Amino acid sequence: MSDIISRSTLASKLAGLVALVAIAVLIAAPWWGSVATERLIGEFMVYLALASLWNLLAGYTGLVSVGQQSFVGFGAYIVFSLALLAGWNPLYTVPMAGIATALIAIPVAKLVFRLQGAYFAIGTWVVAEVFRLGFAQMSILGGGSGKSMPANVVKQIAETKFWREATIYWLAIAIGIGALAMVYALLRSRIGLALTAIRDNETASVSLGIRIERVKYLVYVFVAGMTGLVGALFALQKIRITPDAAFSVNDWTAFVIFIVVIGGIGTIEGPIFGTIIYFLLREFLADLGSIYLLILGALAIGVMLTTPKGIWGFIQARFNLSLFPTGFRVLSKDKS
Amino acid sequence: MDWVNAIIQGILIGGLYALFAAGLSLIFGVMRLVNIAHGDLIVATAYLAWVIIKATGVHPLVSLIFVLPIAAFIGYWLQIGIFNRVLGKDILPPLLVSFGLSVIIQNGLLATFTVDSHKLNAGVFETSSFEILPGISMGYFPLLMFFTAIAVIIALQYMFYHTSLGRAFRATSDDTEVALLMGLDNRKVYAWAMAICLAVVALAGVFLAIRSNFDPFMGPGRLIFGFEAVIIGGLGNLWGTLIGGVILGVAQGLGAELDPGWQVLAGHLAFLLVLAIRPRGLFPRIAG
Repeated sequence: MSDIISRSTLASKLAGLVALVAIAVLIAAPWWGSVATERLIGEFMVYLALASLWNLLAGYTGLVSVGQQSFVGFGAYIVFSLALLAGWNPLYTVPMAGIATALIAIPVAKLVFRLQGAYFAIGTWVVAEVFRLGFAQMSILGGGSGKSMPANVVKQIAETKFWREATIYWLAIAIGIGALAMVYALLRSRIGLALTAIRDNETASVSLGIRIERVKYLVYVFVAGMTGLVGALFALQKIRITPDAAFSVNDWTAFVIFIVVIGGIGTIEGPIFGTIIYFLLREFLADLGSIYLLILGALAIGVMLTTPKGIWGFIQARFNLSLFPTGFRVLSKDKS
Repeated sequence: MDWVNAIIQGILIGGLYALFAAGLSLIFGVMRLVNIAHGDLIVATAYLAWVIIKATGVHPLVSLIFVLPIAAFIGYWLQIGIFNRVLGKDILPPLLVSFGLSVIIQNGLLATFTVDSHKLNAGVFETSSFEILPGISMGYFPLLMFFTAIAVIIALQYMFYHTSLGRAFRATSDDTEVALLMGLDNRKVYAWAMAICLAVVALAGVFLAIRSNFDPFMGPGRLIFGFEAVIIGGLGNLWGTLIGGVILGVAQGLGAELDPGWQVLAGHLAFLLVLAIRPRGLFPRIAG
């Protein structure tokens, strides 16, 4: 027998090696880069995390949410509430933000899961609007005009500016890479097998005994909790919060959708490439203002019309390439 | 008296929300498409009317003679050029495409017309009213909106059940493949549905623009109001949509009476309440 069944390929082993080196280089950034570099990479990590999570939701379970800003904003507001009102060290509020957001996602899921397909999408948006308008009514958190984190609270993160920036930066790396790794691990697990089955054929997966509603529900709550962590990170990066920024549909959902669509929906690698493309476009075109967003929207429609699986889907189909494989393949030694 | 007034104004504004919703409902009924750019199209037709009025000086209601057919024409080709290419079993592509379209329209309007808000001036007609009871008055314009909504729903119902186009809509909606076998080109049927939807959208857009200021970013809010009216009323029921619009309008009116910051929030909460107790809406007709 010369056939072997394997998950990894040469490409995936190389990709794993490159990823490890890249992570090591990124962790060292406070010593080789400027504060501006740290902030740019930090923002990259925010979008990498959001895109991976949204892709897990929409690309695998078919839950197309346009209301993920609910959870970004909620996580961010938990940080501010605990740090400003309860006097916590801002760093310790981060895990709480994740937990609290996952908890609030349970009743939200109970409501929005009553809506199907595209109506689900708009339902999640309504929830986000309720959050935004609700927090705008809370005068203790600054109401509609928001609040800044006072210097003495910020100093609790670390005494010097270097360590403060570095700490928040490492937190960004941990959340960005962590989200990606968790999505990857989840997809390789039993749940991942169920998710891939749902992605490929919902009806057939029901007949195989997958409890679709339960899997979808779990994934939704998990993604919400992780999205809350990203919101907490955003709060620490900006140290200022307003309801409009925290619950922005453009920043936290529209851009994320474009990243995933352009990169390739329903693949692990898609969001990574989508985020890189998004940041490249932004560096070159952001000065154009509204024209830039117009181009982004047109690009997303163009990709959807011509290559519905995105840039990565195209590469994958063309070269049979998988950098972060979740399935297995038979490698025949006779052929080679 | 303020409360009674708030309820009456809420009922009348419900007519406008029903107009936002009627197009959404029609499109969903015929091709199971939820167009996220629906609200932005409403705002775009308001700008279209504004340009036409600026060029010709006609009254906003007269401008409908031009705006309605232009919008319908755009709708027809929007369907042929974009939506027909992504409609299929998977709901994701049309949803994402309409999301992209929404961003394009918003930023296209922003680039062309700047962020300044505009309003269509309908003269004294806008503000004139009559007293129905001492202290409670009704505006002619809100009444016109309300009765237009009723007329549009009657017309859509008639079109659906008594014309050959309506028969084509129902046939394609029930079973696309069999409809194709009978010689119905579903792409053309969908295009006509989108054309009619855009005509209703144009009506809503002009009314919206007479009633209040509009700017490039108003679309998503209008989409949400229309969507809420559809879900409150029950999927697939046009008269339910009117009732949904009225409930939404009254909830917003009462919320605003309580505190101006609560106007929109109260509407959303009413919607979530209906979703919690009657997930299929108050008067559902078809399965979602």
